[in-house]
Amino acid sequence: MSPQPKFVIKNLSFYYGGKRAIHDLSLDIAANEILSVIGPANSGVTTLLRALNRLGDLVPGARMEGEILMDGKSVYDPDVSVTELRRKIGMVFEVPTPLPMSIFDNVAYGPRLIGKANGKSVAESVERVLRKAALWDDVKDRLKTPAMSLSGGQQQRLCFARVLALDPEVVLLDRPCSGLDPISTAKIEESLSQLKEQYTIVVAPHNVQQAARISDRVAFMLTGSLIEENRNVEIFSRPKDQRTSDYVTGRFG
Amino acid sequence: MRRFKEKLSGRIFFVLALSSISALALITVFIVAKGAPIFVKVGVRDFVFGMSWAPGHGEFGIFPMIVGTLSVTLGAAVLGVPLGICCSIFLTEFAPSVLKSVFRPAIQLLAGIPSVVYGFWGLIFVVPFIRDRIGGPGLSILAGSVILAIMILPTVIMISEVSILALPRQYKQNALALGLTHWQTIRSVMLPAAKSGIVAAVILGVGRAVGETMAVIMVLGNAVALPKSILDPVRTLTTNIGIEMGYASGEHQQALFATGIVLFILIMILNSAAQFITRRK
Repeated sequence: MSPQPKFVIKNLSFYYGGKRAIHDLSLDIAANEILSVIGPANSGVTTLLRALNRLGDLVPGARMEGEILMDGKSVYDPDVSVTELRRKIGMVFEVPTPLPMSIFDNVAYGPRLIGKANGKSVAESVERVLRKAALWDDVKDRLKTPAMSLSGGQQQRLCFARVLALDPEVVLLDRPCSGLDPISTAKIEESLSQLKEQYTIVVAPHNVQQAARISDRVAFMLTGSLIEENRNVEIFSRPKDQRTSDYVTGRFG
Repeated sequence: MRRFKEKLSGRIFFVLALSSISALALITVFIVAKGAPIFVKVGVRDFVFGMSWAPGHGEFGIFPMIVGTLSVTLGAAVLGVPLGICCSIFLTEFAPSVLKSVFRPAIQLLAGIPSVVYGFWGLIFVVPFIRDRIGGPGLSILAGSVILAIMILPTVIMISEVSILALPRQYKQNALALGLTHWQTIRSVMLPAAKSGIVAAVILGVGRAVGETMAVIMVLGNAVALPKSILDPVRTLTTNIGIEMGYASGEHQQALFATGIVLFILIMILNSAAQFITRRK
């Protein structure tokens, strides 16, 4: 285990109005590994991911208690720029949403906006991240066509590439493969395992099997509480909690 | 029996729907029948591009009025469209819900004010203001544009707002998660995505401006001459019909119907443009 965790979450509680979505959760997320957060619907998994990049702030009536430290600094600190933070913590959503522009522009958009890239280097970095997202071979001949013309799985890989183009430190993926075909799913899973060298990856997989396939560590949540967190093998072969065991073996969920 | 009822209800709705379409057909046939003879007599070209309108002397040129309609409409669009789009952005993205609940009904009310009231207000407020503060006779393109701009606001605002609200929630979420600021998200993701709806809003608003009669009769001055500046009075196609139809007869009346045909074509072009743009995705 690396000496300094990427995220330290201390006693986090998250409320939507009067409804509590996360209850007193503490969890360390190590750098350069894949953590899967699993749990049935309404367990607070999505809320946890969105608390990390502060996307949860946008929900009217949202409120949090406790602390989330990234590299030792609170992400809710008043002097933290939310937009900078979200560039460092990229996110891929359940529904692939290409922006209404060409394939190339979708990827080049972020770097251009923050003035990171110009001219030739844009084209190079677009190719680089499209390769990382295993999409380059599908689209290299039609970069100028609208992104909407891609299949669902390709769109999702495009969204993944778009996130990588901003050169983030952390990538959050919220059920990224739930609507995808097996080939696209396999491609995304494969690129994830290659990319953990460079990024810290937190995934909310759409099923337990995916968590077993891709993760180094697994955290199991139920009704807003963290039940158990351990290395992949331990969770699936020697879960400490009966509820974890019931969930990963498919007795409920 | 049940089957018969089903069939019958379909027929009844068909007949009812047909009657509304046939109203359109009747009006079209009537206007064309009444107006066409003047095209034959004067010639389409001399009618549309003729500079002189003197029905008593058999001169029927409506070009100054076409210019009048286009200039007043353009003025209304220049003033009203940016205002309307900004207002819809405010309502969808920035307004707290308290303000929204005040703004929305207010804008709907704006759409409900009769056009004659707009015209009257323009005559006693906008026209003197222009005459005293800016110059010219007051009755002018500018006065008409201001009134029409206000009148098209509800159309532009409400349709743009609907098209922005209809965007998938994910657009905004993704853009924000990429680290875009709120304004960057609006400008470079949401507005381009809602573009077809907003363009349709603009065209429908402009269509309303082209067709408006009552309000502009009172503030335009109605002189049949090519305007030299936005402070000059003009007459539009609609006001030409509105002013003269009461006493016209014979060729004069035909010429007014022919004015209607030109107007009809103008509005049909606008409507098909709106449909074309909204259908294209």
